[in-house]
Amino acid sequence: MIDLLAGFIQELRRAGLPVSLTEDLDAMEAIKHIPLEDREAFKYALAATLVKSAAHWKAFETVFEVYFSMRGREYTIGDSNADAELQQLMDELQSGEGEQDGTSGEGGGGMEALTPEELAEMLYKAMLNADEAMMRAVARQAVKRFAGMEPGRPVGGTYYLYRTLRNLDLDGVVERMMEAAREQAGGELTPLEERLERDEAEIRSTHIKQEVEAEIRRRLVADRGVDAMARTLRKPLPEDVDFMHASREEMTNLKKALQPLTRKLAVRLARKRRHGRKGSLDFRSTVRHSLSYGGVPAEPKFKYPRPAKPEIFVVADISGSVAAFARFTLQLVYAISGQFSKVRAFVFIDGLDEVTSFFEGEEDINQAVHRVNTEADVVWVDGHSDYGHALEVFHERYGHEVGPRTTVLLLGDARNNYHSSQSWVIKELRHKARHVYWLNPEPRSYWDTGDSIVGEYATHCDGVYECRNLRQLERFVEVLT
Amino acid sequence: MAFRFDSVPAVRTALSDVNYLSDEGIAGVVYLADRLQKPILVEGPAGTGKTQLAKSVAEITGSRLIRLQCYEGLDESKALYEWNYKKQLLRIQTERNTGNSGEAQADGTWKELSDDIFSDEFLLTRPLLEAIRAPDPVVLLIDEVDRVEVETEALLLEILSDYQVSIPELGTISASQIPMVFLTSNNTRELSEALKRRCLFLHIDYPDLDREKEIVLTKVEGVSEHLADQIARIVRSIRTIELKKSPSVSETLDWARTLVLLGIETIDAQQATETLHILLKYKSDIAKATKELATAGAK
Ligand SMILES: Nc1ncnc2c1ncn2[C@@H]1O[C@H](COP(=O)(O)OP(=O)(O)OP(=O)(O)O)[C@@H](O)[C@H]1O
Ligand SMILES: [Mg+2]
Repeated sequence: MIDLLAGFIQELRRAGLPVSLTEDLDAMEAIKHIPLEDREAFKYALAATLVKSAAHWKAFETVFEVYFSMRGREYTIGDSNADAELQQLMDELQSGEGEQDGTSGEGGGGMEALTPEELAEMLYKAMLNADEAMMRAVARQAVKRFAGMEPGRPVGGTYYLYRTLRNLDLDGVVERMMEAAREQAGGELTPLEERLERDEAEIRSTHIKQEVEAEIRRRLVADRGVDAMARTLRKPLPEDVDFMHASREEMTNLKKALQPLTRKLAVRLARKRRHGRKGSLDFRSTVRHSLSYGGVPAEPKFKYPRPAKPEIFVVADISGSVAAFARFTLQLVYAISGQFSKVRAFVFIDGLDEVTSFFEGEEDINQAVHRVNTEADVVWVDGHSDYGHALEVFHERYGHEVGPRTTVLLLGDARNNYHSSQSWVIKELRHKARHVYWLNPEPRSYWDTGDSIVGEYATHCDGVYECRNLRQLERFVEVLT
Repeated sequence: MAFRFDSVPAVRTALSDVNYLSDEGIAGVVYLADRLQKPILVEGPAGTGKTQLAKSVAEITGSRLIRLQCYEGLDESKALYEWNYKKQLLRIQTERNTGNSGEAQADGTWKELSDDIFSDEFLLTRPLLEAIRAPDPVVLLIDEVDRVEVETEALLLEILSDYQVSIPELGTISASQIPMVFLTSNNTRELSEALKRRCLFLHIDYPDLDREKEIVLTKVEGVSEHLADQIARIVRSIRTIELKKSPSVSETLDWARTLVLLGIETIDAQQATETLHILLKYKSDIAKATKELATAGAK
């Protein structure tokens, strides 16, 4: 057990969770107080001692599953006798149905003997009644039947998942549940009722998916071993996900992570402005307060200087590969716009357009970003990035508005499709502006390879930063303010 | 040392007896905190019952609740202790007036005097010290700890790991009984590793459907089972929409109370949207949710 726990904690560290030695010891101590057969309590005991950030919960759960939930015999917590359970459930279901066809009975392979139609029917019943045990049993059986897993086959879990789900047709089941709900309501549901019913059906469908996934992993662990499995499941934490290569699911998690991050930043920056610099002694105020201490200056008072806020111009490439990066940066900048006297946003591909008005008076930044992507006029010739032309347009139209209080923020990978760079524009801007920064979402090792010309622009900037993930973006924002 | 709770289910039952609906995770961490004598750092969205948890635990353990509300600029003198300057000055003044300003005695007198003015009588006890010195059982709640500056966190560390406070003039004061300690955070900034290491971590998220329904049923007078169920479902649905601020449990409760007052038994779309401003605070959120609720949902 101790060994297992040690391996588990090591894997957490490999997954990026900062588990200290104290926490390690706390976990060991904690599980002494938990009855071993209570798996939920066991899990929460480990979580409370080892995971100190909600953003890391998912990574924890995955590792936990691999190490503890999936080991049938070696780790006999809970349902190692699932087959017997399943048989019993099925008998119940069938007797409840009043079906006397005698397919079950002889013990052993009850579920195996089901026809595909019967299994589908069972799935439907399980979902309709939100019967947890039955849903799990069906999910297991489905994996056994449809996934086509063979020992030693070097295929990823997603392939098995796909094969299993295709056979289960969960969308079809959801529709059937909706039909049943409509029928029960006497024909029709109001849009609100329809929505609520669908929510519930979708949640149950997701639940089945998770059960299927868990079963696939359980079998993979049995086949390949815990360590190998943990390795394949290792995923970056949301704050480390690469903007340019995020999968759809990672993108959703990124969006979720962005909101608390911006809130955090806004609060922190507001504080920094107020308290950043402790000013000189405020003599008059100190003397005034000393009166209450019989003339002893017991409570020195200070002056707090309030520096002027900068204004900021964001100029962002929003072509395909870097669009997500531009989106997150714009969102972040607008979320902390209180820190600036003015924020203006410009987007380009090969043409350039100002989109400040999309953000102004719009409470919902997502909505604004959506408008940027659909309405901004950014294509000039062919819709391939042309930094040179975009910069020229920027200079011509807005260059005169850049002044000594302006910080210019350029966003993009500087992959210029071999057009001319027009880097003189940056040089010019830097003369007039307070600062010019460039943020590049590509790994530093790719810079200046192929058609990337970031180096040429860099010579005229106050700083060029690699910004591949939220963590780096957050760090840069601190520089900015 | 006697433990406060026998088992995780016992915690859960006791909490629900005082109308706090917990779940396996919440009860489990409270149970462990008692066993391991460790503070709990509770984090999560606004209005999910973080503060209430500390209050309820105080109630079920028959303890006095001592609360330190954190704010920006909170310092030692407000959190731990402070010397009562005014009283000290007065004391010195009195000494001066009662005569004997004779040089010979000055040294001895000063020693006596300083021993005197740095004694218990001149000590103003603030919440943290109060919790440590309490002879009776207490629960210490350090509320919204993320609002103090990182440097101020350091004030807490000694208490959180050793349950003691060092006062240079008096020495170290240790707790006579280990209090249960709750720290809450709205996560507006990253807390220091040092602080997190000393605590058990508990993330309280929005409750699931059944728990939210139970909360409504226990807290709102006159609400029917059917209405509570519908409320919980609609709130859950609204939380799936991408909003600036999702409805919290306290907002669910406010909404439920309103619906009961209006005598509504089954909520239709119109009633829902007309009362949406109780659930949501931003105009854009209300607009968005109104639109979403009028459509049949995903797909
Ligand atoms: N699990 C629960 N059981 C019973 N009541 C609850 C529960 N969760 C929340 N509440 C009720 O919701 C309201 C808000 O709770 P509370 O003030 O503790 O939230 P909080 O998490 O501390 O919020 P904030 O972050 O804004 O301080 C209270 O009235 C509380 O009684
Ligand atoms: Mg609170």
